[in-house]
Amino acid sequence: MTVSRPWRIGLRVVGLGYLALLLLVPVGLIFYRTFEHGVGAVWASITTPAAIHAFQLTLEVTAIAVPLNTLFGIVMAMALARGEWRGKGLVNAIIDLPFAISPIVIGLSLILVYGARGWLGGALADAGVQVIFSVPGIVLATIFVSLPFVVREVTPVLKEVGDDQEQAAATLGAGGWTTFRRVTLPSIRWGVAYGVVLSVARCIGEFGAVSVVSGKISGQTETLTLLVEKRFSNFDLAGAYAASALLALIALGTLLAMTAIKPRREEGDT
Amino acid sequence: MSALAVRVGGTVSRRFHTGALGLGVATLWLSVIVLLPLSAVVVRSLDGGLGAFWDAVSSRQAVAALRFTVLVSLATAAINVVGGTLIAWVLVRDQFHGKRVVNALIDLPFALPTIVAGLTLLTLYGPRSPFGINLAYTQVAVLLALLFVTLPFVIRSVQPVLIELDREMEEAALSLGAGNATIFRRIVLPNLVPAILSGAALAFARAVGEFGSIVLISGNIPFRTQVSSVYVFKLIESDAPTSAAAVSTVLLLVSLAVLLGIRGLGHWGARHDR
Repeated sequence: MTVSRPWRIGLRVVGLGYLALLLLVPVGLIFYRTFEHGVGAVWASITTPAAIHAFQLTLEVTAIAVPLNTLFGIVMAMALARGEWRGKGLVNAIIDLPFAISPIVIGLSLILVYGARGWLGGALADAGVQVIFSVPGIVLATIFVSLPFVVREVTPVLKEVGDDQEQAAATLGAGGWTTFRRVTLPSIRWGVAYGVVLSVARCIGEFGAVSVVSGKISGQTETLTLLVEKRFSNFDLAGAYAASALLALIALGTLLAMTAIKPRREEGDT
Repeated sequence: MSALAVRVGGTVSRRFHTGALGLGVATLWLSVIVLLPLSAVVVRSLDGGLGAFWDAVSSRQAVAALRFTVLVSLATAAINVVGGTLIAWVLVRDQFHGKRVVNALIDLPFALPTIVAGLTLLTLYGPRSPFGINLAYTQVAVLLALLFVTLPFVIRSVQPVLIELDREMEEAALSLGAGNATIFRRIVLPNLVPAILSGAALAFARAVGEFGSIVLISGNIPFRTQVSSVYVFKLIESDAPTSAAAVSTVLLLVSLAVLLGIRGLGHWGARHDR
Protein backbone atom coordinates (compact mmCIF):
# COMPACT_ATOMS: atom_id res chain seq x y z
CA MET A 1 0.00 0.00 0.00
CA THR A 2 1.77 3.10 -1.24
CA VAL A 3 -0.23 6.07 -0.14
CA SER A 4 0.16 9.22 -2.23
CA ARG A 5 1.90 12.15 -0.61
CA PRO A 6 -1.14 14.39 -0.01
CA TRP A 7 -2.99 11.51 1.63
CA ARG A 8 -0.02 10.62 3.79
CA ILE A 9 0.39 14.19 4.97
CA GLY A 10 -3.36 14.48 5.52
CA LEU A 11 -3.39 11.39 7.73
CA ARG A 12 -0.31 12.66 9.55
CA VAL A 13 -1.96 16.01 10.26
CA VAL A 14 -5.17 14.35 11.49
CA GLY A 15 -3.30 11.84 13.70
CA LEU A 16 -0.87 14.31 15.20
CA GLY A 17 -3.58 16.94 15.57
CA TYR A 18 -5.71 14.53 17.57
CA LEU A 19 -2.72 13.76 19.80
CA ALA A 20 -1.94 17.44 20.25
CA LEU A 21 -5.48 18.42 21.23
CA LEU A 22 -5.98 15.45 23.52
CA LEU A 23 -2.51 15.13 25.09
CA LEU A 24 0.02 17.84 24.49
CA VAL A 25 -1.97 21.05 24.81
CA PRO A 26 -3.68 20.01 28.08
CA VAL A 27 -0.46 18.82 29.73
CA GLY A 28 1.44 21.86 28.49
CA LEU A 29 -1.27 24.08 29.93
CA ILE A 30 -0.85 22.47 33.37
CA PHE A 31 2.77 23.60 33.44
CA TYR A 32 1.80 27.06 32.17
CA ARG A 33 -0.90 27.48 34.83
CA THR A 34 1.51 26.19 37.48
CA PHE A 35 4.28 28.63 36.75
CA GLU A 36 2.24 31.66 35.66
CA HIS A 37 2.58 33.15 39.17
CA GLY A 38 6.29 32.44 39.43
CA VAL A 39 8.47 29.65 40.70
CA GLY A 40 8.51 30.92 44.28
CA ALA A 41 4.80 30.33 44.82
CA VAL A 42 5.08 26.84 43.37
CA TRP A 43 8.00 26.00 45.61
CA ALA A 44 6.13 27.29 48.67
CA SER A 45 3.10 25.23 47.78
CA ILE A 46 4.93 21.91 47.29
CA THR A 47 6.98 22.36 50.46
CA THR A 48 4.13 22.82 52.94
CA PRO A 49 4.21 20.18 55.71
CA ALA A 50 1.10 18.48 54.27
CA ALA A 51 2.63 18.34 50.79
CA ILE A 52 5.96 16.99 52.04
CA HIS A 53 4.18 14.35 54.08
CA ALA A 54 2.01 13.39 51.11
CA PHE A 55 5.11 13.02 48.96
CA GLN A 56 6.87 10.90 51.60
CA LEU A 57 3.83 8.68 52.10
CA THR A 58 3.50 8.15 48.35
CA LEU A 59 7.15 7.11 48.11
CA GLU A 60 6.88 4.82 51.17
CA VAL A 61 3.82 3.03 49.81
CA THR A 62 5.55 2.63 46.44
CA ALA A 63 8.69 1.32 48.15
CA ILE A 64 6.63 -1.40 49.83
CA ALA A 65 4.34 -2.33 46.94
CA VAL A 66 6.82 -2.47 44.05
CA PRO A 67 9.39 -4.92 45.53
CA LEU A 68 6.62 -7.26 46.70
CA ASN A 69 4.97 -7.25 43.29
CA THR A 70 8.32 -7.66 41.54
CA LEU A 71 9.11 -10.76 43.57
CA PHE A 72 5.62 -12.14 43.00
CA GLY A 73 5.85 -11.20 39.32
CA ILE A 74 9.11 -13.05 38.66
CA VAL A 75 8.03 -16.20 40.51
CA MET A 76 4.62 -16.23 38.83
CA ALA A 77 6.11 -15.52 35.39
CA MET A 78 8.52 -18.47 35.81
CA ALA A 79 5.60 -20.72 36.76
CA LEU A 80 3.48 -19.51 33.85
CA ALA A 81 6.22 -19.68 31.22
CA ARG A 82 8.04 -22.83 32.30
CA GLY A 83 5.58 -25.02 34.15
CA GLU A 84 2.51 -27.03 33.26
CA TRP A 85 0.04 -27.27 36.10
CA ARG A 86 -3.65 -27.51 36.72
CA GLY A 87 -5.46 -24.20 37.12
CA LYS A 88 -2.92 -22.29 35.00
CA GLY A 89 -5.61 -20.81 32.77
CA LEU A 90 -7.60 -19.66 35.78
CA VAL A 91 -4.59 -18.05 37.48
CA ASN A 92 -3.74 -16.36 34.19
CA ALA A 93 -7.20 -14.84 34.06
CA ILE A 94 -7.14 -13.72 37.71
CA ILE A 95 -3.82 -11.90 37.20
CA ASP A 96 -5.47 -9.61 34.63
CA LEU A 97 -8.37 -8.69 36.92
CA PRO A 98 -6.68 -5.66 38.55
CA PHE A 99 -6.32 -4.12 35.05
CA ALA A 100 -9.99 -4.58 34.26
CA ILE A 101 -11.70 -3.74 37.54
CA SER A 102 -12.73 -0.26 38.60
CA PRO A 103 -10.40 1.13 41.28
CA ILE A 104 -13.51 2.06 43.27
CA VAL A 105 -14.57 -1.60 43.36
CA ILE A 106 -11.05 -2.48 44.53
CA GLY A 107 -11.31 0.06 47.35
CA LEU A 108 -14.74 -1.21 48.36
CA SER A 109 -13.51 -4.81 48.33
CA LEU A 110 -10.77 -3.94 50.83
CA ILE A 111 -13.28 -2.18 53.11
CA LEU A 112 -15.49 -5.27 53.04
CA VAL A 113 -12.57 -7.46 54.20
CA TYR A 114 -10.57 -5.20 56.50
CA GLY A 115 -13.11 -2.50 57.50
CA ALA A 116 -14.75 -2.24 60.91
CA ARG A 117 -17.67 -4.44 59.79
CA GLY A 118 -15.61 -6.47 57.33
CA TRP A 119 -14.70 -10.17 57.37
CA LEU A 120 -11.47 -9.64 59.29
CA GLY A 121 -12.43 -6.30 60.84
CA GLY A 122 -13.29 -7.69 64.30
CA ALA A 123 -10.15 -9.81 64.60
CA LEU A 124 -7.97 -6.92 63.43
CA ALA A 125 -9.60 -4.50 65.88
CA ASP A 126 -8.98 -6.97 68.72
CA ALA A 127 -5.33 -7.14 67.69
CA GLY A 128 -5.21 -3.34 67.65
CA VAL A 129 -4.46 -3.11 63.94
CA GLN A 130 -6.23 -0.52 61.82
CA VAL A 131 -6.11 -1.17 58.08
CA ILE A 132 -8.88 0.96 56.58
CA PHE A 133 -8.48 4.75 56.91
CA SER A 134 -4.85 4.03 57.68
CA VAL A 135 -1.57 3.40 55.84
CA PRO A 136 -1.87 -0.43 55.60
CA GLY A 137 -5.10 0.01 53.63
CA ILE A 138 -3.36 2.35 51.19
CA VAL A 139 -0.54 -0.19 50.81
CA LEU A 140 -2.98 -3.05 50.14
CA ALA A 141 -4.89 -0.98 47.58
CA THR A 142 -1.67 -0.01 45.83
CA ILE A 143 -0.39 -3.60 45.74
CA PHE A 144 -3.74 -4.70 44.27
CA VAL A 145 -3.76 -2.20 41.41
CA SER A 146 -0.10 -2.68 40.46
CA LEU A 147 -0.02 -6.47 40.78
CA PRO A 148 -0.05 -7.53 37.10
CA PHE A 149 2.67 -5.30 35.60
CA VAL A 150 5.83 -7.33 36.28
CA VAL A 151 4.18 -10.69 35.53
CA ARG A 152 2.80 -9.42 32.25
CA GLU A 153 6.14 -7.93 31.16
CA VAL A 154 8.34 -10.88 32.20
CA THR A 155 6.24 -13.84 31.01
CA PRO A 156 6.57 -13.10 27.25
CA VAL A 157 10.32 -12.45 27.63
CA LEU A 158 10.79 -15.81 29.36
CA LYS A 159 8.86 -17.55 26.58
CA GLU A 160 10.88 -15.72 23.93
CA VAL A 161 14.32 -16.63 25.28
CA GLY A 162 13.32 -20.26 25.75
CA ASP A 163 14.93 -22.63 28.22
CA ASP A 164 17.87 -23.99 26.18
CA GLN A 165 20.45 -22.14 28.24
CA GLU A 166 18.74 -23.11 31.49
CA GLN A 167 18.81 -26.75 30.47
CA ALA A 168 22.45 -26.46 29.44
CA ALA A 169 23.29 -24.97 32.83
CA ALA A 170 21.40 -27.76 34.57
CA THR A 171 23.24 -30.37 32.48
CA LEU A 172 26.54 -28.81 33.52
CA GLY A 173 25.54 -29.31 37.13
CA ALA A 174 24.21 -25.92 38.16
CA GLY A 175 21.55 -25.99 40.84
CA GLY A 176 18.14 -24.34 40.45
CA TRP A 177 19.14 -21.12 42.25
CA THR A 178 22.48 -20.78 40.43
CA THR A 179 20.77 -21.33 37.08
CA PHE A 180 18.19 -18.68 37.91
CA ARG A 181 20.75 -16.14 39.11
CA ARG A 182 23.38 -16.67 36.41
CA VAL A 183 21.26 -17.59 33.38
CA THR A 184 17.59 -16.68 33.72
CA LEU A 185 17.79 -13.37 35.56
CA PRO A 186 20.30 -11.73 33.18
CA SER A 187 18.12 -12.59 30.20
CA ILE A 188 14.93 -11.17 31.70
CA ARG A 189 16.37 -8.15 33.48
CA TRP A 190 15.15 -5.54 30.99
CA GLY A 191 11.69 -7.05 31.06
CA VAL A 192 11.73 -6.86 34.85
CA ALA A 193 12.99 -3.27 34.68
CA TYR A 194 10.19 -2.29 32.31
CA GLY A 195 7.60 -3.90 34.57
CA VAL A 196 9.07 -2.11 37.60
CA VAL A 197 8.89 1.28 35.86
CA LEU A 198 5.23 0.71 34.95
CA SER A 199 4.49 -0.45 38.52
CA VAL A 200 6.16 2.60 40.08
CA ALA A 201 4.18 4.94 37.83
CA ARG A 202 0.92 3.21 38.72
CA CYS A 203 1.73 3.16 42.45
CA ILE A 204 2.55 6.87 42.55
CA GLY A 205 -0.44 7.79 40.41
CA GLU A 206 -3.15 5.58 41.92
CA PHE A 207 -6.13 7.63 42.99
CA GLY A 208 -9.50 5.84 43.00
CA ALA A 209 -8.74 2.79 45.14
CA VAL A 210 -6.62 4.81 47.54
CA SER A 211 -9.25 7.53 47.90
CA VAL A 212 -11.81 4.94 49.05
CA VAL A 213 -9.65 3.36 51.77
CA SER A 214 -7.47 6.24 52.94
CA GLY A 215 -9.85 8.45 54.91
CA LYS A 216 -7.83 11.38 53.49
CA ILE A 217 -6.47 12.60 56.82
CA SER A 218 -4.08 15.44 56.05
CA GLY A 219 -0.53 14.75 57.24
CA GLN A 220 -1.40 11.09 57.91
CA THR A 221 -3.13 9.18 55.14
CA GLU A 222 -2.98 11.67 52.30
CA THR A 223 -1.01 10.68 49.21
CA LEU A 224 0.07 13.09 46.48
CA THR A 225 -2.88 12.37 44.20
CA LEU A 226 -5.32 12.82 47.10
CA LEU A 227 -3.65 16.14 47.89
CA VAL A 228 -4.34 17.32 44.32
CA GLU A 229 -8.03 16.51 44.70
CA LYS A 230 -8.31 18.08 48.15
CA ARG A 231 -6.64 21.31 47.08
CA PHE A 232 -8.90 21.47 44.04
CA SER A 233 -12.06 20.96 46.13
CA ASN A 234 -10.82 23.63 48.58
CA PHE A 235 -10.51 26.11 45.69
CA ASP A 236 -6.71 26.16 46.10
CA LEU A 237 -6.24 25.92 42.33
CA ALA A 238 -2.63 27.11 42.34
CA GLY A 239 -1.77 24.47 44.96
CA ALA A 240 -3.56 21.75 42.97
CA TYR A 241 -1.64 22.76 39.83
CA ALA A 242 1.68 22.75 41.69
CA ALA A 243 1.16 19.23 43.04
CA SER A 244 -0.10 18.13 39.59
CA ALA A 245 2.97 19.54 37.91
CA LEU A 246 5.14 17.51 40.29
CA LEU A 247 3.20 14.36 39.38
CA ALA A 248 3.37 15.24 35.68
CA LEU A 249 7.16 15.60 35.97
CA ILE A 250 7.33 12.13 37.52
CA ALA A 251 5.19 10.86 34.61
CA LEU A 252 7.59 12.42 32.08
CA GLY A 253 10.48 10.75 33.92
CA THR A 254 8.58 7.47 33.62
CA LEU A 255 8.22 7.99 29.87
CA LEU A 256 11.96 8.63 29.55
CA ALA A 257 12.74 5.44 31.47
CA MET A 258 10.28 3.47 29.34
CA THR A 259 11.82 4.82 26.14
CA ALA A 260 15.31 3.95 27.36
CA ILE A 261 14.40 0.41 28.41
CA LYS A 262 12.04 -0.60 25.61
CA PRO A 263 14.56 -1.27 22.80
CA ARG A 264 16.80 -3.28 25.13
CA ARG A 265 13.86 -5.34 26.29
CA GLU A 266 12.78 -6.05 22.73
CA GLU A 267 16.25 -7.01 21.51
CA GLY A 268 16.75 -9.26 24.52
CA ASP A 269 20.01 -7.34 25.06
CA THR A 270 22.05 -8.82 27.88
CA MET B 1 14.86 -15.96 14.56
CA SER B 2 12.16 -14.88 16.95
CA ALA B 3 9.67 -17.35 15.52
CA LEU B 4 12.22 -20.12 16.11
CA ALA B 5 12.79 -18.99 19.68
CA VAL B 6 9.08 -19.04 20.37
CA ARG B 7 8.76 -22.56 19.03
CA VAL B 8 11.67 -23.77 21.13
CA GLY B 9 10.17 -22.09 24.17
CA GLY B 10 6.94 -23.85 23.44
CA THR B 11 8.38 -27.27 24.25
CA VAL B 12 8.19 -26.85 27.96
CA SER B 13 10.85 -28.39 30.11
CA ARG B 14 9.92 -29.85 33.44
CA ARG B 15 13.50 -29.92 34.63
CA PHE B 16 13.64 -26.26 35.56
CA HIS B 17 10.89 -24.24 37.12
CA THR B 18 10.19 -22.27 40.28
CA GLY B 19 9.08 -25.37 42.10
CA ALA B 20 5.89 -26.17 43.96
CA LEU B 21 6.81 -23.91 46.89
CA GLY B 22 7.28 -20.80 44.74
CA LEU B 23 4.07 -21.45 42.85
CA GLY B 24 2.21 -22.10 46.10
CA VAL B 25 3.37 -18.86 47.72
CA ALA B 26 2.66 -16.84 44.56
CA THR B 27 -0.84 -18.31 44.26
CA LEU B 28 -1.50 -17.64 47.94
CA TRP B 29 -0.37 -14.02 47.47
CA LEU B 30 -2.68 -13.65 44.47
CA SER B 31 -5.56 -15.11 46.48
CA VAL B 32 -5.06 -12.88 49.52
CA ILE B 33 -4.50 -9.69 47.53
CA VAL B 34 -7.07 -10.14 44.74
CA LEU B 35 -9.47 -13.05 45.24
CA LEU B 36 -10.34 -12.65 48.92
CA PRO B 37 -11.41 -8.98 48.61
CA LEU B 38 -13.33 -9.58 45.38
CA SER B 39 -15.23 -12.52 46.85
CA ALA B 40 -16.12 -10.27 49.79
CA VAL B 41 -17.79 -7.91 47.29
CA VAL B 42 -19.84 -10.70 45.72
CA VAL B 43 -20.82 -12.23 49.09
CA ARG B 44 -21.73 -8.84 50.56
CA SER B 45 -23.87 -7.95 47.55
CA LEU B 46 -26.11 -10.92 48.40
CA ASP B 47 -26.30 -9.98 52.08
CA GLY B 48 -29.93 -8.94 51.90
CA GLY B 49 -30.92 -11.78 49.57
CA LEU B 50 -31.51 -11.74 45.83
CA GLY B 51 -34.41 -9.32 46.20
CA ALA B 52 -32.27 -6.65 47.84
CA PHE B 53 -29.54 -7.24 45.23
CA TRP B 54 -32.04 -6.72 42.43
CA ASP B 55 -33.47 -3.60 44.09
CA ALA B 56 -29.99 -2.09 44.39
CA VAL B 57 -28.96 -2.72 40.79
CA SER B 58 -32.35 -1.86 39.27
CA SER B 59 -32.90 1.44 41.07
CA ARG B 60 -33.46 4.25 38.57
CA GLN B 61 -30.18 5.96 39.43
CA ALA B 62 -28.14 2.75 39.23
CA VAL B 63 -29.63 1.84 35.84
CA ALA B 64 -29.12 5.37 34.48
CA ALA B 65 -25.49 5.36 35.65
CA LEU B 66 -24.81 1.92 34.19
CA ARG B 67 -26.48 2.77 30.89
CA PHE B 68 -24.45 5.98 30.53
CA THR B 69 -21.25 4.16 31.56
CA VAL B 70 -21.69 1.42 28.97
CA LEU B 71 -22.75 3.81 26.18
CA VAL B 72 -19.95 6.32 26.77
CA SER B 73 -17.44 3.44 27.02
CA LEU B 74 -18.69 1.98 23.74
CA ALA B 75 -18.33 5.41 22.13
CA THR B 76 -14.81 5.64 23.56
CA ALA B 77 -13.89 2.23 22.17
CA ALA B 78 -15.37 3.09 18.75
CA ILE B 79 -13.48 6.39 18.47
CA ASN B 80 -10.30 4.60 19.58
CA VAL B 81 -10.78 2.00 16.83
CA VAL B 82 -10.64 4.72 14.17
CA GLY B 83 -8.25 7.18 15.85
CA GLY B 84 -5.94 4.50 17.27
CA THR B 85 -5.62 2.61 13.99
CA LEU B 86 -4.96 5.87 12.15
CA ILE B 87 -2.27 6.97 14.61
CA ALA B 88 -0.67 3.52 14.59
CA TRP B 89 -0.55 3.68 10.80
CA VAL B 90 1.04 7.16 10.88
CA LEU B 91 3.62 5.97 13.42
CA VAL B 92 4.57 2.85 11.43
CA ARG B 93 4.26 3.80 7.76
CA ASP B 94 4.91 7.54 7.77
CA GLN B 95 8.26 9.25 8.24
CA PHE B 96 8.56 12.66 9.89
CA HIS B 97 10.78 14.56 12.27
CA GLY B 98 10.14 13.92 15.95
CA LYS B 99 8.44 10.56 15.34
CA ARG B 100 10.30 8.96 18.25
CA VAL B 101 9.12 11.68 20.63
CA VAL B 102 5.52 11.28 19.48
CA ASN B 103 5.84 7.52 19.85
CA ALA B 104 7.06 7.92 23.42
CA LEU B 105 4.29 10.41 24.25
CA ILE B 106 1.60 7.87 23.35
CA ASP B 107 2.22 6.21 26.73
CA LEU B 108 1.69 9.46 28.64
CA PRO B 109 -1.88 8.55 29.68
CA PHE B 110 -0.49 5.35 31.28
CA ALA B 111 2.15 7.32 33.17
CA LEU B 112 0.11 10.36 34.19
CA PRO B 113 -2.03 9.97 37.34
CA THR B 114 -5.71 10.00 36.41
CA ILE B 115 -6.54 12.85 38.79
CA VAL B 116 -3.93 14.99 37.04
CA ALA B 117 -5.44 14.00 33.69
CA GLY B 118 -8.83 15.14 34.97
CA LEU B 119 -7.49 18.45 36.27
CA THR B 120 -5.62 18.93 33.00
CA LEU B 121 -8.74 18.49 30.88
CA LEU B 122 -10.75 20.70 33.20
CA THR B 123 -8.13 23.43 32.78
CA LEU B 124 -8.34 23.27 29.00
CA TYR B 125 -12.02 22.53 28.45
CA GLY B 126 -13.51 23.89 31.70
CA PRO B 127 -14.84 27.26 32.88
CA ARG B 128 -11.41 28.92 32.61
CA SER B 129 -10.67 27.49 29.18
CA PRO B 130 -8.23 29.64 27.20
CA PHE B 131 -10.17 28.71 24.03
CA GLY B 132 -13.54 29.58 25.56
CA ILE B 133 -14.70 25.96 25.24
CA ASN B 134 -16.55 25.05 28.43
CA LEU B 135 -17.49 21.38 28.46
CA ALA B 136 -17.35 20.90 32.24
CA TYR B 137 -20.20 18.84 33.72
CA THR B 138 -21.37 17.56 30.32
CA GLN B 139 -21.45 14.05 28.88
CA VAL B 140 -18.96 15.17 26.23
CA ALA B 141 -16.49 15.98 29.01
CA VAL B 142 -16.75 12.41 30.31
CA LEU B 143 -16.13 11.10 26.79
CA LEU B 144 -13.10 13.38 26.47
CA ALA B 145 -11.62 12.15 29.76
CA LEU B 146 -12.13 8.53 28.71
CA LEU B 147 -10.54 9.18 25.31
CA PHE B 148 -7.52 10.63 27.11
CA VAL B 149 -6.95 7.71 29.47
CA THR B 150 -7.65 4.98 26.87
CA LEU B 151 -5.61 6.50 24.04
CA PRO B 152 -2.68 4.02 24.12
CA PHE B 153 -4.62 0.74 24.05
CA VAL B 154 -5.54 0.40 20.35
CA ILE B 155 -2.33 2.11 19.16
CA ARG B 156 -0.07 -0.17 21.21
CA SER B 157 -2.01 -3.23 20.18
CA VAL B 158 -2.07 -2.43 16.44
CA GLN B 159 1.48 -1.04 16.09
CA PRO B 160 3.45 -4.33 16.42
CA VAL B 161 1.09 -6.16 14.04
CA LEU B 162 1.44 -3.38 11.47
CA ILE B 163 5.25 -3.52 11.78
CA GLU B 164 5.31 -7.28 11.25
CA LEU B 165 2.80 -7.16 8.41
CA ASP B 166 4.20 -8.66 5.22
CA ARG B 167 4.36 -5.87 2.65
CA GLU B 168 4.75 -8.36 -0.21
CA MET B 169 1.03 -9.10 0.01
CA GLU B 170 0.27 -5.43 -0.52
CA GLU B 171 2.76 -5.19 -3.39
CA ALA B 172 1.25 -8.25 -5.03
CA ALA B 173 -2.23 -6.73 -4.75
CA LEU B 174 -0.92 -3.46 -6.17
CA SER B 175 0.67 -5.21 -9.14
CA LEU B 176 -2.63 -6.97 -9.79
CA GLY B 177 -4.24 -3.56 -10.11
CA ALA B 178 -5.89 -3.09 -6.71
CA GLY B 179 -6.34 0.49 -5.52
CA ASN B 180 -5.36 1.78 -2.11
CA ALA B 181 -8.88 1.54 -0.72
CA THR B 182 -9.14 -2.07 -1.86
CA ILE B 183 -5.72 -2.99 -0.48
CA PHE B 184 -6.56 -1.46 2.87
CA ARG B 185 -9.98 -3.07 3.06
CA ARG B 186 -9.05 -6.51 1.71
CA ILE B 187 -5.47 -6.98 2.96
CA VAL B 188 -4.34 -4.56 5.67
CA LEU B 189 -7.55 -4.34 7.70
CA PRO B 190 -8.29 -8.10 7.93
CA ASN B 191 -4.79 -8.64 9.33
CA LEU B 192 -5.30 -5.88 11.90
CA VAL B 193 -8.80 -6.79 13.04
CA PRO B 194 -7.86 -9.08 15.98
CA ALA B 195 -5.39 -6.46 17.31
CA ILE B 196 -7.86 -3.61 16.83
CA LEU B 197 -10.62 -5.52 18.60
CA SER B 198 -8.50 -6.58 21.57
CA GLY B 199 -7.19 -3.03 21.95
CA ALA B 200 -10.76 -1.72 21.80
CA ALA B 201 -11.91 -4.29 24.37
CA LEU B 202 -9.13 -3.23 26.76
CA ALA B 203 -10.08 0.42 26.23
CA PHE B 204 -13.73 -0.45 26.89
CA ALA B 205 -12.87 -2.30 30.12
CA ARG B 206 -10.73 0.57 31.30
CA ALA B 207 -13.45 3.10 30.43
CA VAL B 208 -16.15 1.20 32.32
CA GLY B 209 -14.10 1.30 35.52
CA GLU B 210 -12.52 4.74 35.17
CA PHE B 211 -12.86 7.11 38.12
CA GLY B 212 -9.99 9.53 38.69
CA SER B 213 -10.07 11.43 35.41
CA ILE B 214 -13.88 11.69 35.44
CA VAL B 215 -14.59 12.71 39.00
CA LEU B 216 -13.62 16.39 38.64
CA ILE B 217 -14.91 17.09 35.15
CA SER B 218 -18.21 15.20 35.20
CA GLY B 219 -19.84 17.16 38.00
CA ASN B 220 -21.43 13.83 38.94
CA ILE B 221 -24.98 14.86 37.99
CA PRO B 222 -27.35 11.90 38.54
CA PHE B 223 -29.17 10.74 35.37
CA ARG B 224 -26.85 12.85 33.21
CA THR B 225 -23.12 12.63 33.82
CA GLN B 226 -22.91 10.15 36.70
CA VAL B 227 -20.98 7.01 35.77
CA SER B 228 -21.23 3.75 37.71
CA SER B 229 -17.86 3.98 39.46
CA VAL B 230 -18.71 7.45 40.81
CA TYR B 231 -22.17 6.18 41.80
CA VAL B 232 -20.53 3.34 43.76
CA PHE B 233 -18.22 5.87 45.40
CA LYS B 234 -21.25 7.93 46.50
CA LEU B 235 -22.90 4.79 47.90
CA ILE B 236 -19.78 3.98 49.93
CA GLU B 237 -19.65 7.55 51.24
CA SER B 238 -23.32 7.46 52.25
CA ASP B 239 -22.64 4.20 54.13
CA ALA B 240 -24.63 1.87 51.90
CA PRO B 241 -22.03 -0.89 51.44
CA THR B 242 -24.52 -3.59 50.43
CA SER B 243 -25.92 -1.52 47.56
CA ALA B 244 -22.38 -0.47 46.64
CA ALA B 245 -21.37 -4.14 46.58
CA ALA B 246 -24.36 -5.04 44.39
CA VAL B 247 -23.56 -2.41 41.74
CA SER B 248 -19.87 -3.38 42.00
CA THR B 249 -20.76 -7.00 41.31
CA VAL B 250 -22.42 -5.94 38.06
CA LEU B 251 -19.27 -3.99 37.14
CA LEU B 252 -17.17 -7.04 38.04
CA LEU B 253 -19.28 -9.20 35.72
CA VAL B 254 -18.77 -6.69 32.89
CA SER B 255 -14.98 -6.76 33.48
CA LEU B 256 -14.94 -10.56 33.52
CA ALA B 257 -16.97 -10.75 30.31
CA VAL B 258 -14.55 -8.37 28.57
CA LEU B 259 -11.50 -10.31 29.80
CA LEU B 260 -12.99 -13.58 28.56
CA GLY B 261 -13.79 -11.90 25.25
CA ILE B 262 -10.18 -10.75 24.89
CA ARG B 263 -8.91 -14.28 25.61
CA GLY B 264 -11.26 -15.59 22.93
CA LEU B 265 -9.93 -12.94 20.53
CA GLY B 266 -6.37 -14.00 21.35
CA HIS B 267 -7.10 -17.59 20.36
CA TRP B 268 -8.92 -16.44 17.25
CA GLY B 269 -6.02 -14.17 16.28
CA ALA B 270 -3.49 -16.95 16.87
CA ARG B 271 -5.48 -19.29 14.65
CA HIS B 272 -5.66 -16.75 11.85
CA ASP B 273 -1.92 -16.19 12.10
CA ARG B 274 -1.10 -19.49 10.49
